Amino acid sequence: MRSKKNGIVREGKARRVFHSPLCFLAPSLIGVMLFSCLPSLDVVRRSFTNAAAGSWAGLSHYREVFANEAFRLAAWNTVRFTAVCLPLLVGLGLFVAVALSKVRGGQTIRAMFLFPMAIPAAAIALVWRMVFDAGGLLNLLLVRLGLLTQEARPDYMGSGAAFWVLVFTYVWKNLGYTVVLWLAGLSAVPAEIAEAARMDGASERRLFWRIILPNLKGSLYTITVLSFLNSFKVFREAYLVAGSYPDESMYLLQHLFNNWFVSMDLDKMAAAAVCLGAVLLGAILLLQRLWDRED
Amino acid sequence: MMRRILLFLTGCIFVAPVLVLVSGSLMSRFELGEYLGALETGEGFVGWTLFPLYPTFSHYGRLLFETPQFLTVFWNSVKIAGITLAGQLFLAAPAAWALAVYHFRRRGFLLTLYVGLMLLPFQVTMLSNFLVLDGLGLIGTHWAIILPAACSTFPVFLIYRGFRSLPQSLLEAARIDGAGEWRIFWKIGLPLASNGILSAAVLGFLEYWSLIEQPLAFLKDPSLWPLSLYLPEISLEQAGYSFAASVITLIPPAFVFFIGQDYLEAGIAAAGLKE
Repeated sequence: MRSKKNGIVREGKARRVFHSPLCFLAPSLIGVMLFSCLPSLDVVRRSFTNAAAGSWAGLSHYREVFANEAFRLAAWNTVRFTAVCLPLLVGLGLFVAVALSKVRGGQTIRAMFLFPMAIPAAAIALVWRMVFDAGGLLNLLLVRLGLLTQEARPDYMGSGAAFWVLVFTYVWKNLGYTVVLWLAGLSAVPAEIAEAARMDGASERRLFWRIILPNLKGSLYTITVLSFLNSFKVFREAYLVAGSYPDESMYLLQHLFNNWFVSMDLDKMAAAAVCLGAVLLGAILLLQRLWDRED
Repeated sequence: MMRRILLFLTGCIFVAPVLVLVSGSLMSRFELGEYLGALETGEGFVGWTLFPLYPTFSHYGRLLFETPQFLTVFWNSVKIAGITLAGQLFLAAPAAWALAVYHFRRRGFLLTLYVGLMLLPFQVTMLSNFLVLDGLGLIGTHWAIILPAACSTFPVFLIYRGFRSLPQSLLEAARIDGAGEWRIFWKIGLPLASNGILSAAVLGFLEYWSLIEQPLAFLKDPSLWPLSLYLPEISLEQAGYSFAASVITLIPPAFVFFIGQDYLEAGIAAAGLKE
């Protein structure tokens, strides 16, 4: 082992000498240890101890978290949000990507779909209010189209519809990202296979379902994981449009963590962070397992 | 052709908010009051036009020349995004190089660790970040945002992809010619993998220019806030001012977006590849 530390490594038959890779890695590794790894372990420890007394608390924080009304509401909403958004975004993304791949010079249209990524959440808070207010542009449009009477005036942000506004916001923000991922996946499908199938007389529809789609399974996994993780960032728009305590249909785990942080409920936060982290890692591993089996 | 038009129209909906921001920022106070009155009174409907009757730059003038607070906040955003990006590249490029080029014990483990950390959302790491920053006495300073972000492992992953695509034989040839490892990194690795680095920079800038969660949690003093927290504080009576501030906030990321669209797309696609 000593020789490796000194930077001598055997690779095949070649022998080469270099500075220990540790020199390159050290600055980043120190930062990661200091800001991520060690404090995460500390959070795990805290989730089992009482912050004030420093005594062993067992699972009491976890019980407290799971009994908490706000936590249940937020967890349920987050699950519901994910269950609605992920299939919607991934499906729409594929649809648009396939359509775009058949259009010549899609660069401009791609840019239009991607552009919401560059718009800071803060810049659109007022626009969203103009659109989704009881007297907003959406209701105005519906009245003009005759789908709504002048008096109905639903207030989208103050009712259960707030959830769907959030879904719309998420799709608006992330569709371009997903489309680019799908386009990368589509371009990796060997052109010869598609060509051969066409020669054999396969219809475009059949070609897509039988040839292209099975070749996109690998992309599906990463797109799902990335879309899932990006879904946590929808808090930015949610918070800026509706504040710390929005309509309860869109009260997400992100709101809860933020509010617990404000009230310094560190014990509960520790237990909830451990749970959320575990669920996320579990979900990612499960997806990976499913995906590997498919291969 | 039909498909193209449909896609284009859908795309227009995606960029429509920008048109609203720009037209609103050029509208006079009276015109805005007329259009947005419904939001305050709760009666009637909001109206809008993309072409103001009497376009004016007065909101921009007020913002840039009469509101020192705005400049402070703008500068805060520049500082946070700029130092974070510089720090990220300084830490991530060498680390990505080490992971991509060398073989050493625990390399696979480290790679998995880095990818795992990259996938954790802020809510999971919020408390652990707070504990460290509080211990270091950094809560309430810009460093509370910059330092954890600079240690993010996402750019390591993106740049790693770039280095991975370099042919080993090239590096071998340089070694045989007697180049030191540091020199190879600096003269061959960095220039040839600059696409990955630029991708990381573009994605990073869009992310750190519009941070909400971190400053919201770790900065209490409004004079330290970035633009993304300051903007929503502007009241509805000052809608024109708010629109103008939004447009100015949008200019840097829009600029980066148009200059770097290719890198942005390459970066997104790289994140989606599985090893």
